[in-house]
Amino acid sequence: MSIVEYRSATSARGGLVLMRGVPGVAAGSRVLLRDAAGGRRNGVVLRVSSEAVLVQVFEGTDGLDLEHTWARFLDEPYRLAVSRELLGRVFNGLGQPRDGRPPLIARERRDVNGAPINPTARAYPREFIQTGISAIDGMNALTRGQKLPIFSGGGLPHNRLAAQIVRQARLIGEEAGQFVVVFAAFGISNAEARFFQESLEDSGALTRTVMFLNLADEPVIERLLTPRAALTAAEYLAFELGYHVLVVMTDMTAYCEALREVAVQRGDVPARRGYPGYLYSDLAELYERAGRIRERSGSITLIPVLSMPADDITHPVPDLTGYITEGQIVLARELANQGIYPPVAVLPSLSRLMKDGVGRDHTREDHPQVASQLFASYARAQEVRRLAAIIGAEDLAEGERRYLAFAEAFEHRFVQQGEDEERSVIDTLELAWELLSLLPREQLTRVSEAELARHYKASANPSALAPP
Amino acid sequence: MGYVIEVNGPIVRLHLPAATIGEQVRVGALGLAGEVIAREGDEAVAQMYEHTDGLRAGEAAEGLRRPLTVELGPGLLGTLYDGLQRPLTELRAASGDRIARGLDLPALPRARRWPFSPRLAAGARLNGGEVLGTVQETASIEHRILVPPDVRGELLELAPPGEYTVTEGIARVRQDDGRIRQLMLSHRWPVRTPRPYRYRDHAVLPLITGQRILDTFYPLLKGGKAAIPGPFGAGKTVLQQQIARWCNAQIVVFVGCGERGNELTDVLDFMPRLTDPYSGRPLLERTLLVANTSNMPVVAREASVYVGITLAEYYRDQGYDVVMLADSTSRWAEALREVAGRLGQMPVEEGYPAYLGSRLAAFYERAGRVQTLAGGYGSVTLIGTVSPPGGDFSEPVTRHTKEIVQTFWALSRELADARHYPAVDWVESFCGDVTAAARWWTTNVDAGWQAARAEALALLAASAELTRIVNLVGVEALSAEQRWTLEAAALIKEGVLQQSALDPVDSHAAPAKQYLLLRAMLDIHAQGMRALGLGVPVRRLLELPLLVEARRWKGHYGSEEVEALRARVASIPQVFEALVRTHQAPDARG
Ligand SMILES: Nc1ncnc2c1ncn2[C@@H]1O[C@H](COP(=O)(O)OP(=O)(O)OP(=O)(O)O)[C@@H](O)[C@H]1O
Ligand SMILES: [Mg+2]
Repeated sequence: MSIVEYRSATSARGGLVLMRGVPGVAAGSRVLLRDAAGGRRNGVVLRVSSEAVLVQVFEGTDGLDLEHTWARFLDEPYRLAVSRELLGRVFNGLGQPRDGRPPLIARERRDVNGAPINPTARAYPREFIQTGISAIDGMNALTRGQKLPIFSGGGLPHNRLAAQIVRQARLIGEEAGQFVVVFAAFGISNAEARFFQESLEDSGALTRTVMFLNLADEPVIERLLTPRAALTAAEYLAFELGYHVLVVMTDMTAYCEALREVAVQRGDVPARRGYPGYLYSDLAELYERAGRIRERSGSITLIPVLSMPADDITHPVPDLTGYITEGQIVLARELANQGIYPPVAVLPSLSRLMKDGVGRDHTREDHPQVASQLFASYARAQEVRRLAAIIGAEDLAEGERRYLAFAEAFEHRFVQQGEDEERSVIDTLELAWELLSLLPREQLTRVSEAELARHYKASANPSALAPP
Repeated sequence: MGYVIEVNGPIVRLHLPAATIGEQVRVGALGLAGEVIAREGDEAVAQMYEHTDGLRAGEAAEGLRRPLTVELGPGLLGTLYDGLQRPLTELRAASGDRIARGLDLPALPRARRWPFSPRLAAGARLNGGEVLGTVQETASIEHRILVPPDVRGELLELAPPGEYTVTEGIARVRQDDGRIRQLMLSHRWPVRTPRPYRYRDHAVLPLITGQRILDTFYPLLKGGKAAIPGPFGAGKTVLQQQIARWCNAQIVVFVGCGERGNELTDVLDFMPRLTDPYSGRPLLERTLLVANTSNMPVVAREASVYVGITLAEYYRDQGYDVVMLADSTSRWAEALREVAGRLGQMPVEEGYPAYLGSRLAAFYERAGRVQTLAGGYGSVTLIGTVSPPGGDFSEPVTRHTKEIVQTFWALSRELADARHYPAVDWVESFCGDVTAAARWWTTNVDAGWQAARAEALALLAASAELTRIVNLVGVEALSAEQRWTLEAAALIKEGVLQQSALDPVDSHAAPAKQYLLLRAMLDIHAQGMRALGLGVPVRRLLELPLLVEARRWKGHYGSEEVEALRARVASIPQVFEALVRTHQAPDARG
């Protein structure tokens, strides 16, 4: 570790400091800075040459001058101290205690950047996680080791939904509470952070939770480190200690904005809407840290939460996220406005790993077909709704009116549920059949005749008894 | 020996006076791999395939005096490589679950001995690309040991039948320049140089993928180029995996370029378990995998597609039909953009450099059906996915690609959201080779193929128009014929176009089944039209149980049960005749 301090800054702006005449600095290494007031700041080396070193300062450059800024270059990357004692602790965005307790005493400190998992070392996620939420379990099921974000918008209850998932997540046949939780927040308000803390406390999960908080009024550039610190903790808990870890990261949009801010200062060529071209790779480096590894008992299931600016799913943050994650849960304002919680829009939502985690041996044999039928029927119902809006519901054919009834029931009984309501996946499937039975039997072509014979509730729909 | 002057992410500036553009470099104490992309005075700018964290100015740098090459020989099939052709299984053995930097591992196993059967005899005149002998690489693939394309001369000596490793000498050649060269079971080839062939020939045969929307509606010829653009989650990867599973090529090269790690794990899980429908052998035996996942360093993404296409060309040169799948070419284009940006090159559009279009075109140009140097025929069919930001097809990568390819399978967000899979949009997609494909269908399946295809597309177009009317004024405004047309189009969509990759029966449909299903829906349409003409009310037609049944045929009749399906289709007219009869019998009204 270098003990020499340098005072050779030649420029400082927008979170970046350029220093001259510092020999032998390694790219990516950690920097400790001291400002004129004696305050300590943290930085990392972005660029080195024989003449100059560019340092990114996590606390920002506000209040820095060139004359009294001292820098000490530590010859190592940014690291996080890890041990079992992580559980129950609260850290700031840089991984320093913010719970008033002393720093972790740990033998091991890990590079927060991680290293790419060899694809041959991965184990494919196949274990169904029951969240107790019908719109997720029934149609967009989550599996252990999956990365499944929540796409939301300002004012929508994404944090409540994430908290409910965290409280209720369990494997079938196991108790809730088998997961440990890593919660990373950046750019969210104090109130939102407190909500999470209390929700975890109420369910008794706080002692098996690690928190990394960088709130809305805290240094923006620090956010670039927060998810990395959190994922480093998660990796340690999962792959060293064998825990099943649920990681919630909110709000990814705030993270991306911080990245954009630094990119602009560095003069990086922008790709879309001012975001740098490497946003995809940067996000992938985070999201791909989720998963399972062969011969290791733990797992990392990742639930990033992001708000879509102007509810626009084509905005670079949701867009690039969707290109990396294994699906997405999309929340819709129309549903929320009707008082539906959770306001999950099932059609744009998707779980890519569902196909390997449901059905026989996982949940119930009919699950994949039922999900497929619900999607098809609800998509058809949406078309009928559009039509009804034009020509009026009275002018619809009888068969079409049934779709309207189905859509209503689907949204108000299947999607909607209580914030404390935990439905078993079997209850969810039974409910699905009850709703599907509102539709003419012969139109349910995505389920097999055998499944229809077993589950279709003819009484709900007397005309379906008679052959046409 | 040179040294590092500056480190800027994946771009490093080196003092390396004699460096050549394209030359491989090893940089720093770890020996990080990279490639020279520019020279300025005594300095070389290199793009690094590995992360540069920890690298300092002043560290040593070395030029290797050769471009990026791949090792070609038996042992490629069934292996998963990274973007620089390092075998990932061996990499895991060497460095654990996470990929360490600076590791150099041979692509082909060094210890394995392969049974070699010579084909030539000493004294023979040798030309580049000729077959020296063969090795049974897997049960289904005979590996033809080729004379490296740049060797010509007299064969002085050829090893007798026996077992050899890939680095043992098996032949000696006196080249035309007099030098003696030793040949082995393997040789190296630079990835950015297309492998030579005698001449390029027309593509003539369609690639059969078992996917109806592809084979029947937008076919691709062996040796052709195709793109699959689509927003996230629309089904690009699943469609490519379906092609990898079911297509009738002999070799499949799959390049995962900047995509998910789990998708490769998935492929590695199912490939050994599934059998090649044509040879009955495990699919992995005909497959090569190259993976540079999204969390691996960006620059190696660019290398990975060139590594993949060179492997594909190598098997083409042995006389095979090869399919190369690249998922996603957008990630590769983004790697170009990133490097261009760091070099301060002028961006023209969305940050992309001006040479984006020409790079893409040159890459796709490596597809084709050729007469090989050995005199046989081989082909490389190239299928790339495109991941447009926001699903916007007017963005630069999609736009350029669209101009290059012959077949365009456009995936649509709307279809995917409605779970209409494969979400190939029948309006946006195109195919420039229908006539060539039709020749094959006419000879091998049915002369009515091209007409049936055209009729179905016309029906779909008509129904789109009618749907617009319905959405304005309601279905009552349509005539009976128009309502029946809507129903027939729905039948085609649900009974023909929709094909779930997860359906155990219908995941793959043989050409005969594809044609029969389409024929059936068109027959139902025609018969219904006739019945309407005879006065049967459209309501009666829409109530026919046949319409429900027809939607289930695809999952009911497997490709081996084509005859049963044919019989069922043949009986369609009876259903309508019965209907017409009851309608015309005066007592059966109601
Ligand atoms: N042919 C198909 N049959 C059944 N399901 C499909 C099919 N195609 C796509 N799907 C469904 O859609 C999901 C997404 O498909 P896929 O992963 O191929 O999308 P993608 O276009 O590659 O997305 P990305 O660009 O994000 O990689 C799949 O996990 C599967 O659930
Ligand atoms: Mg994909």
